[in-house]
Amino acid sequence: MTPGNTTMTRDTILKVEHLSMRFGGLMAINDLSLEAKRGEITALIGPNGAGKTTVFNCITGFYKPTMGMITLTQKDGDQFLLERLSDFEITKKAKVARTFQNIRLFSGLTVLENLLVAQHNKLMKASGYTIMGLLGLGSYKREADGAIELARQWLEKADLIDRADDPAGDLPYGAQRRLEIARAMCTGPELLCLDEPAAGLNPKESLALNTLLNSIRDETGTSILLIEHDMSVVMEISDHVVVLEYGQKISDGTPDHVKNDPKVIAAYLGVDDDELEEVMHEELDGGSH
Amino acid sequence: MPNTNSSANETAPGVMAQAVREGLFAGVLAFGMFLLYVGIETYQNIDNALVWRTRWGLLAIFVLVAAVGRFLIVGFVKPRLDRRKLSKAKAGIPEVSDDKGFFHKNFLKLSMLALVLYPPIVVSLYGVQGSLKFVDNFGIQILIYVMLAWGLNVVVGLAGLLDLGYVAFYAVGAYSYALLSDTFGLSFWLLLPLAGILAAFWGIILGFPVLRLRGDYLAIVTLAFGEIIRLVLMNWSDVTGGTAGISGIAKASIFGIWSFDVGADNNFAKVFGLPMSSAYYKIFLFYVILALCLITAYVTIKLRSMPIGRAWEALREDEIACRSLGIDTVKTKLTAFAIGAMFGGFAGSFFAARQGFVSPESFVFLESAVILAIVVLGGMGSLTGIAIAAVVMIGGTELLREMEFLKHVFGPDFTPELYRMLLFGLAMVAVMLFKPRGFVGSREPTAFLKERKAVSGSFTKEGHG
Amino acid sequence: MEYFIQQLLNGLTLGSIYGLVAIGYTMVYGIIGMINFAHGDIFMLGGFAALIAFLVLTSFIAGVPVALALLIMMVVAMLVTSLWNWTIERVAYRPLRGSFRLAPLITAIGMSIVLSNFIQVTQGPRNKPIPPLINDVYHFGDVTVSLKQLVIVVVTAVLLTVFWYIVNKTPLGRAQRATEQDRKMAALLGVDVDRTISITFIMGAALAAVAGTMYLMYYGVASFADGFIPGVKAFTAAVLGGIGSLPGAVLGGLLIGLIESLWSAYFSIAYKDVATFAILAFVLIFKPTGILGRPEVEKV
Repeated sequence: MTPGNTTMTRDTILKVEHLSMRFGGLMAINDLSLEAKRGEITALIGPNGAGKTTVFNCITGFYKPTMGMITLTQKDGDQFLLERLSDFEITKKAKVARTFQNIRLFSGLTVLENLLVAQHNKLMKASGYTIMGLLGLGSYKREADGAIELARQWLEKADLIDRADDPAGDLPYGAQRRLEIARAMCTGPELLCLDEPAAGLNPKESLALNTLLNSIRDETGTSILLIEHDMSVVMEISDHVVVLEYGQKISDGTPDHVKNDPKVIAAYLGVDDDELEEVMHEELDGGSH
Repeated sequence: MPNTNSSANETAPGVMAQAVREGLFAGVLAFGMFLLYVGIETYQNIDNALVWRTRWGLLAIFVLVAAVGRFLIVGFVKPRLDRRKLSKAKAGIPEVSDDKGFFHKNFLKLSMLALVLYPPIVVSLYGVQGSLKFVDNFGIQILIYVMLAWGLNVVVGLAGLLDLGYVAFYAVGAYSYALLSDTFGLSFWLLLPLAGILAAFWGIILGFPVLRLRGDYLAIVTLAFGEIIRLVLMNWSDVTGGTAGISGIAKASIFGIWSFDVGADNNFAKVFGLPMSSAYYKIFLFYVILALCLITAYVTIKLRSMPIGRAWEALREDEIACRSLGIDTVKTKLTAFAIGAMFGGFAGSFFAARQGFVSPESFVFLESAVILAIVVLGGMGSLTGIAIAAVVMIGGTELLREMEFLKHVFGPDFTPELYRMLLFGLAMVAVMLFKPRGFVGSREPTAFLKERKAVSGSFTKEGHG
Repeated sequence: MEYFIQQLLNGLTLGSIYGLVAIGYTMVYGIIGMINFAHGDIFMLGGFAALIAFLVLTSFIAGVPVALALLIMMVVAMLVTSLWNWTIERVAYRPLRGSFRLAPLITAIGMSIVLSNFIQVTQGPRNKPIPPLINDVYHFGDVTVSLKQLVIVVVTAVLLTVFWYIVNKTPLGRAQRATEQDRKMAALLGVDVDRTISITFIMGAALAAVAGTMYLMYYGVASFADGFIPGVKAFTAAVLGGIGSLPGAVLGGLLIGLIESLWSAYFSIAYKDVATFAILAFVLIFKPTGILGRPEVEKV
């Protein structure tokens, strides 16, 4: 609860200012500033190696930034300087939850248990830090039932209710992605950070993901920050897009604005050979049919 | 079908040739390996000089066993196993029947009943004095290991932290009881919880600086701490009695009402007009350790379904994901360490009260290794599996002590005791080779919506820290 | 000052032995990520092989030159321990490769129990003394250097050079390093991974056998229980230096040797092992992957 920038308005949830991150001689992020609005889906895009995941890791505390300030403002006005908190405190106190590019589930726990682990801090308190719960005192029983109820709700939203008692490692890929999001939501976040949620999904699963993300924004009011490669997802669901290249911001605005920004087009078509090849192939494929 | 049969027949000569080849190879290999160690015996003669003599006969037996064994495995056992696997695969995966037998369904209740009735049954079969061996060597000895392994299970099996120095906490518990009862004359029932608390305290002190380490680095530092504690106990003679240890440690009493001291007025046997025997004390201790085991099991089961226990298991599965969910992993690891240590401390103070004597000899690394082996052989996290492993491994080696009849087979010089640890080691290797996940490889979920389904061992992870 | 140099020399000698054994731990760890707990007992087997070879040799040929005797002992020990370690890897570790991480650790601990008890059963539980092989001592002022110390340091240096050459300059070494980096990829590129791992075990055993022979020559006694303490020290050395790093293993070995002899000389013999372990814990707390170990990057 540190007083942050006074010019910040109530509807900005996350403000990144002059963020830099250096790994040895490599400047992965260079003086980056960006904002995310409350109740919106903000997308962070850019070619491979642009530093998107690094930005994420700085926001969620897995990396300590070399320089810069990251301010999170909660609904009730409490502010947190995220670069000063450690990773778990960012989730616990500042209420920022995240998912990972290569899914990190507790594969040996069941789907339901994954969602219960996410409610750890709430349940720890209810169980009187285990002591009361062990003696069967206090409100633990009620809270535990409540936790299962919350988990059930998210399982239904993520369309996983039929698999609730199966090990998480046994789920198909798309379901694992949805479970990871549901798990992050069970921590009760104000800001949800998603690292390439649509990677490796087939079109049907991708659609289900869009629905889930839209319902998270509309029904819970949680703001979302996401990294994405899949342009169809980005353009369809995001309210605001920030484009990175070589650790710097090259464009910022609505999806339409970004789509037509020449700098962005150059970044995607002119610089990155892989992306270019991909586009060429798509065009060739399209032409032959 | 005829196709596969004919091909099996055709390959048979090939298999035989291979079996002969591999058998010969194994024989040559065994000859090389055993020539010096088995073929030659070194001993000191009357002048105390080291001399040698040959044992060709014994060497021949070793080589023959290796060669014939390998031949039989390659020629007969393996083809049969392959065939069975093939036919199983053809038949499809067999449905695991839900209809478990009566014994299987009531396993816990039955084993509880057996444990409670064990001392009276043994007494009625062998008499009071004759029961001593069974109650002490088998009953108490196995239950101590069950308790230690269940305690370590919290650290290794649930939280996935590899601890190679668990015996240190056992030592802390034992010495706490020995020293405090010696110096202040406090009773067992007061010191038992205190020893647990002290051990937990040590768990936190030792755990705090090292829990940042991962995997094998944690393993070696815990091993180092275990050795440090043992070496300090060995060398700090003023307090700990050094290698001689502490003897004459007070016995536990039945809550201060009846004593087991021979001279005391309220001696249990005297009060009830029974013939004097140390067996009563052992029977009493049997029930004490049984109760301690049950408490350990109850607390572990209870904790598993509480947030802290779930956090332990989540930590074992993925530490980074845990942190991303707002779990303070350092605190979580410390609680696992402290609670594991506490159970070790309880077991230690019980051990001191049972032996009446403690010395650093009892707390060597081998003990830590044996306890860890029981946890892994049983199946990490599974209380039932661990208890079975303790019975098999500890009971098995204790049984070997009793095999006097082997003397008639191998001659009077044969001491089965000598082969105890050799067989223990071989059993460890064999169990791991055949059941790498231990006796019980699956885990029971702690919560469920519709039905409780065991999670197969192939999904659970073993932790990195 | 002389006293200090004397202790330094003693430490260096002991450290050379630890370093040779530590390489075996670190190589196996590097290539299959497993703590080979039985390695200390392979060292002990090596000592026993040398002892038995010595007894047999001297009873057939009286007055065999010491250098030749030592060479024969060393070669016999290397051959025998190589056979053992190859077989152990084949029978007890290979079937568990790629399974559950703790399974090979437990098998290795089991193997260690088997080996020490095997020697106890076949050769008896008593210490086995041999007459001193080398008695020559040189004096430099107040500093005494024994020939056996020189032999140990020189043999270690020569072996390390050969070993360094094999790992860094030969196709075999390249295969080893490739397997260490990425076993699957190495296999795809035509490296015979099974063979490479087998050879790694053989090399580790051979170095341990030399260390065992040196240990026997230095202390003049062998015991079935000699595998554990030197084994744990050598493993500690490997971890201190940074497990997986070969120069680290040697450095760790020398450090442990020095700590031990200097601590015994200036503080107390009784607590020398406590000092060793405490320094290990201390170093790891501040440098969690050892002195020369690559820092472990947490990939998020």
